[in-house]
Amino acid sequence: MASFDYEDAPANSAVPASSQSHEVLGYDPNFVPDSVKSFAVHLYRHIREKNVYEIHQMYETSFQTLSERLFKDTPWPSVDAVAHYVDNDHVFCLLYREMWFRHLYARLSPTLKQRIDSWDNYCSLFQVVLHGVVNMQLPNQWLWDMVDEFVYQFQSFCQYRAKMKNKTEQEIALLREYDQAWNVYGVLNYLQALVEKSMIIQILEQEKEGLEQFTANDGYDYDGGSNVLKVLGYFSMVGLLRVHCLLGDYHTGLKCLLPIDISQQGVYTSVIGSHITAIYHYGFANLMLRRYVEAIREFNKILLYIYKTKQYHQKSPQYEQILKKNEQMYALLAICLSLCPQVKLVDETVNSQLREKYGEKMIRMQRYDDEAFAIYDELFSYACPKFITPSAPSFEEPLVNYNQDAYRLQLKLFLYEVKQQQLLSGVRTFLKVYSTISLGKLANYMEVDEPTLRTILMTYKHKTHAVDGDGKITSNADVDFYIDDDMIHVMESKSAKRYGDYFLRQVVKLEGVINDLDRIKLD
Amino acid sequence: MGREREREVQQYTVEQLVAVNPYNPDILPDLENYVNDQVSSQTYSLSANLCLLRLYQFEPERMSTQIVSRILVKALMAIPAPDFSLCLFLIPERVQMEEQFKTLIVLSHYLETGRFRQFWDEAAKSRHIIEAVPGFEQAIQAYAIHVLSLTYQKVPRPVLAEAINIEGLSLDKFLEHQVVNSGWVLEKGNGRGQLIVLPPNEFNHPELKKNTADTVPFEHITRIFPILG
Repeated sequence: MASFDYEDAPANSAVPASSQSHEVLGYDPNFVPDSVKSFAVHLYRHIREKNVYEIHQMYETSFQTLSERLFKDTPWPSVDAVAHYVDNDHVFCLLYREMWFRHLYARLSPTLKQRIDSWDNYCSLFQVVLHGVVNMQLPNQWLWDMVDEFVYQFQSFCQYRAKMKNKTEQEIALLREYDQAWNVYGVLNYLQALVEKSMIIQILEQEKEGLEQFTANDGYDYDGGSNVLKVLGYFSMVGLLRVHCLLGDYHTGLKCLLPIDISQQGVYTSVIGSHITAIYHYGFANLMLRRYVEAIREFNKILLYIYKTKQYHQKSPQYEQILKKNEQMYALLAICLSLCPQVKLVDETVNSQLREKYGEKMIRMQRYDDEAFAIYDELFSYACPKFITPSAPSFEEPLVNYNQDAYRLQLKLFLYEVKQQQLLSGVRTFLKVYSTISLGKLANYMEVDEPTLRTILMTYKHKTHAVDGDGKITSNADVDFYIDDDMIHVMESKSAKRYGDYFLRQVVKLEGVINDLDRIKLD
Repeated sequence: MGREREREVQQYTVEQLVAVNPYNPDILPDLENYVNDQVSSQTYSLSANLCLLRLYQFEPERMSTQIVSRILVKALMAIPAPDFSLCLFLIPERVQMEEQFKTLIVLSHYLETGRFRQFWDEAAKSRHIIEAVPGFEQAIQAYAIHVLSLTYQKVPRPVLAEAINIEGLSLDKFLEHQVVNSGWVLEKGNGRGQLIVLPPNEFNHPELKKNTADTVPFEHITRIFPILG
């Protein structure tokens, strides 16, 4: 059972550990204010009665309100103090503890012991769910938050563990003893188990044939069953994508997301956090795989969506995160468009936002000089995931901080790729101006010899023709050419904008409007 | 016949492992054997190799640099697919600083930037790395032809020769073979030697470019059937 441990001071506390005491911060884990008692009792009842709407209200609103009012910088009452108000219900206590730890991570700094205890709680919770004995219906928001927080705490732990330099003897001993806590195998296997046990991949497959109603029901079970395992399994696919991106394995990450069709609405869009997380990592993985057009398309779609809907989330606890991811994706979009200028793929609204934030920088990035590389570095570092080193430290070697290693590697390889594309921007400029030009002439203008120019032109072709997951070649080039002996012929660029999907959406939308109109009774 | 079936069963098993139980330290030896198997039987599995690199990432003490080297060579052979980069993302920086990996990174760099002459020169200096993996030369030649096919309708003979590292009589034989089997056509260039006409595709012939961006999958159309009906 976790108790608020004063032995390890929170990292951001200005008060030295020795002078802290229960009285100073006024936290008594066993004191349960009436409002908390009421909260627990009602939440417990609603969960037993499967009142999903009420559960969602309490989870989203009441919990936040109470946290803001009573627990601004202390934890909630301990689960032991609350348990007897809820019949000591084992599952409810696991859920309460999950919220307890999430609150702790958000408002305070967890100690190592608390991190380990949180891991234990997730293990217990997931095991209960995996054994199929859970009979609740929980709101999608909560189920997403569980997976999201699980991955976040794993990432946080890896970062924490990699800062070995100032670790105390006690911390090191604890780390060695509890080497299973937040072990990468454990994390991945739990997510994988949730995906498998829920049979979510098969369910999504069968849905295409009309044999399942999972998406149509937003994941909820209207046959008296539970949505918990299925929806946790579903969100775990997004969780796996995220973990693989943190490890630098973009190919496998994308494979994990594959069962979800991101060209359509789905359960992943029912919670804005899951929608953004899925697309952010999908786009980032495609960027690292050099599938720039794909990344641009998806970033464009989600940025437009956020622009239109963020006002509705102003009061929600996720608002700050939404804004942060929004900014990061604009940075990634700026990178993609600098490497692959396909401005026609970007919506006008998104484009004007982009110009405002990064217009100046994008111009400088396309010069490919030292300053340009500095800007690529800056944007990548700002927008990239918090990469981790998954292996445990060697406790024998001198204690150093290696928490930046993973990030430095990804950045280095990314900039290496950018450097390889350095000369392409020059080619592009000339190709836009000529319809035909001899190799000799172009070599002159670019101040290189002919063999070098041939090399540069082949690089252009290679870099602008990406290989997709099925091995198919697709052109990302906004301006293209072919060579006939020693003559370059520029090919007119075809717009890569998709009208087909747009028209389909409008047809469906109009039908919806007409149906609504029909339903209006005129008095 | 018996050995082939054995290999078939083994491959089936390893691929299954990677699909069903990839986050499992016990399959590391199987994955290592599978790499050696890919090398000797000239097959390739990106998923299995990434799985192994991940396990090395989780337990660095178990990493075999020889296996990693072979994975990288196989990944390089998959070019134009970005497999080589995908593997590098999973290999710690200090390992990448070792001589054999620096060489492979240089080789990849030359291929990524169309510097075929420098590539073949460097490869000749590192025969021990290259010769350890059968099929390497052919894979790179296939890549060279791929890039040439993206770029040229008609390519001068010397450019082709440099790209695929074949000259003189061997090149003549090679060209003959391509004319018969791949639809290549040989032309006399204007005083500067032979011109090879590569088969037309959507990347070197603008008129063949399909506007694939605007094709709509049939399932999407089914969404509006109720409305149209």
